[in-house]
Amino acid sequence: MPAVEVDRLVVRYGNLVAVDGLSFDADPGEVVALLGPNGAGKTTTVETLEGFRRADGGSVRVLDLDPWSDHTRLTARVGVLLQRGGIYPIMNTERAVRLFAAYYENPLPADELIDLVGLRSVARTPYKRLSGGEQQRLALALAIIGRPRVVFLDEPTAGVDPAGRIAVRNIVAGLRNDGVCVIITSHELDEVQRLADRVVIIDHGRVVAAGRQGEIQGGSEELRFAAQPGLETGELSVRLGTHVSEGPPGEYLIPVPPVPALVAELTAWLAEHDLQLGDLRAGRQRLEDVFLRLTAPVVDEPTDEVSALAPSSSKQQGRGGTARR
Amino acid sequence: MTLQRGETLLVTLGIPVVLLIFFTLVPVLPTGTRHRVDFLAPGILALAVMSTAMVSLGIATAFERSYGVLKRLGATPLGRPVLLTAKIVSVILVEITQVVVLVGVALALGWRPHASAGLAVIAVLLATVAFAGVGLAMAGALRAEVTLAVANGVYVILLLIGGVIFPLHELGGLARFARLLPTAALSDALHATLGSGSNATEGWVVLALWAVAAPVVAAVTFKWE
Repeated sequence: MPAVEVDRLVVRYGNLVAVDGLSFDADPGEVVALLGPNGAGKTTTVETLEGFRRADGGSVRVLDLDPWSDHTRLTARVGVLLQRGGIYPIMNTERAVRLFAAYYENPLPADELIDLVGLRSVARTPYKRLSGGEQQRLALALAIIGRPRVVFLDEPTAGVDPAGRIAVRNIVAGLRNDGVCVIITSHELDEVQRLADRVVIIDHGRVVAAGRQGEIQGGSEELRFAAQPGLETGELSVRLGTHVSEGPPGEYLIPVPPVPALVAELTAWLAEHDLQLGDLRAGRQRLEDVFLRLTAPVVDEPTDEVSALAPSSSKQQGRGGTARR
Repeated sequence: MTLQRGETLLVTLGIPVVLLIFFTLVPVLPTGTRHRVDFLAPGILALAVMSTAMVSLGIATAFERSYGVLKRLGATPLGRPVLLTAKIVSVILVEITQVVVLVGVALALGWRPHASAGLAVIAVLLATVAFAGVGLAMAGALRAEVTLAVANGVYVILLLIGGVIFPLHELGGLARFARLLPTAALSDALHATLGSGSNATEGWVVLALWAVAAPVVAAVTFKWE
């Protein structure tokens, strides 16, 4: 049974739909990253899972409980790292850890935890005088102090120095080994690539791609080429039997595996029109490419973008899904 | 935590003690009682209750809200009911400290209460509920900085027109309005129970109404983040 299940979740703020039919799930011992630009609905989704917000549609389950109505039964088994704050500014590291330890039945030993997150040297420093990275590490310590089975980390590496990032990575790896389900939100691709087993890319409150990192990228084999701007992509699309789009002017994407026949057909078409080829690249895209392409503001070719990215968003998102084109 | 903050200590203990001593020793107020301290002691006790239950609680809670502390605690097994209980206990502990100190100082200044302490305690508890409701209503709806300003502003105004240092009957037309506010109601009730033994029915009624209305408003309007 998944530790976290999100099924067609809808959350609205007044007229604004922040989360729009989002589905994914996560198993014990799995690290799942919700990746997306600011305002994509990541934090809203996590706060619904934490029981701070009520779902306006669909359902969320955490450890097979409803985070809203069973909130008090979940708090002992769920660890939370808020996007910011949450600790008294004048409280020092050690007191904060001991205070939170008192809320749980079987907390991690305070001293061990302070060492684990590398805050021994600032154990007596008030929260407000810790660096951004230290504050985040303290918040992380408080998230895991109660030996949770599910941990929600909202932007755990935002504003964190390299040492802090390594600490976060180690802690997340430790949680995974202990069979804890970890949900991370982030807009930082590098971190997600290092931390997560699976990635759910979110934009405008919807899943635009989901799967293991290899799957997302592997499912997106493609051919890119550069030529003069403004080619007749419509004509070329018909010729190649697939959808060709122009991203930045003069750069073209053919989002299908670059089999030799396709390359041959492309070069033949270019030859017929006496067009010079500037660049030709075949293979997998980087996660960053997937992310940027899927979440790019729709500017250049609105219709192409939409049809290329979201042929049927509701059907393919969610469990075990691979990337869509 | 509560008594650790310097400003809290100042507003809950420092100001009341200083006012009590100053106005008892310096004859500038038209207290109307034979000994100035007989008028001042109950009024200052009312002020002390207001400072703890409304000003201190309201401001502390407002900042906890803006720091995200309330939200974060909501995600621990502590939960909101326990958090609320802890706040009530801390308010009452501070009030006990205030009463001990202020009564001690007042007695030293020559105050001789005609004690009906039981009724006075009930009045203080009612007022605590009312003031806490007002303070939490502010904390739960306004930004922390605004709560800070409003709570302190209200504190000063109620200090002046709450029967704390100026007797209400010296206020002229303002007295009608002032009597509808919880501070005047509490000081009336305390003056009656600890001093003159006069009738303070109106004060009790006003106090009871605030004690019901303010927490209800706070509960309805409170936003946790």
